[in-house]
Amino acid sequence: MSSRLARLAVIATTAGAFSGLFGVGGGTIIVPLLILWLDYGEREATGTALAAIVGIAALGAVAHGAYGNVHVGKALLIGVPAVGGVLAGTALQQRIPERAVAAVCAVVLVISAVALVI
Amino acid sequence: MEVWDLAGVLAMGVAAGLAGGLIGVGGGVLFVPGLVLFAGLGQLDAQATSLLAVVLVGVVGAWRQAGYGNLRLRDGIVIGLLSPLGVLVGTVAANLVTEQLLRLSFAAVQLVFAYKVAKRALRPADSPSGRRNG
Repeated sequence: MSSRLARLAVIATTAGAFSGLFGVGGGTIIVPLLILWLDYGEREATGTALAAIVGIAALGAVAHGAYGNVHVGKALLIGVPAVGGVLAGTALQQRIPERAVAAVCAVVLVISAVALVI
Repeated sequence: MEVWDLAGVLAMGVAAGLAGGLIGVGGGVLFVPGLVLFAGLGQLDAQATSLLAVVLVGVVGAWRQAGYGNLRLRDGIVIGLLSPLGVLVGTVAANLVTEQLLRLSFAAVQLVFAYKVAKRALRPADSPSGRRNG
């Protein structure tokens, strides 16, 4: 196994553990690791993390769906406006410097860390 | 559903999507409280339902980022496919140590990430570390 593949595996395992333990997608783990460890640019890291999250969330949704916990109508009610948000967010991200993307990311990481312990 | 609840769900959805587009998170951190507070779901159902909304954000966000040249699809697929390993590891870890220790550990890791990413935010504009898109 190449060291690059090994690093991707460690990122996947860490994000999967975080996601499974705390019920979130794992983006706050994947994005900084891609940047700091695999030398991604900020925009590439966020784009690639979104693709990775699809796999993580889809598996979780199917597993929860089997237990009848997924409310499809309510997922669409909050998910469709979110699609509007992500279209605007990705467009906005192309128009700001990558340093600004890094700054927003750092702030969200601090918020996420605080939210974990309170 | 009351009009204020509807407005709350829509606002949380838009905010989650914006965060997804800007920094590459799925939005679950906002979806879950949005569904609990404004859509009347319990915590478990909110987390489960949030995952489906995260799929929507991930698919559309990754598709747009691919158009902007910011997607390395192979790496994304590898991470997505291997992540179930992590769910197993997390389940084992949850049975070995207390939840409080797990929370503190991940919080510490995220603070280290925040420090290192913040240092990148302070780099000069034409630094080679931003080589690909900078």
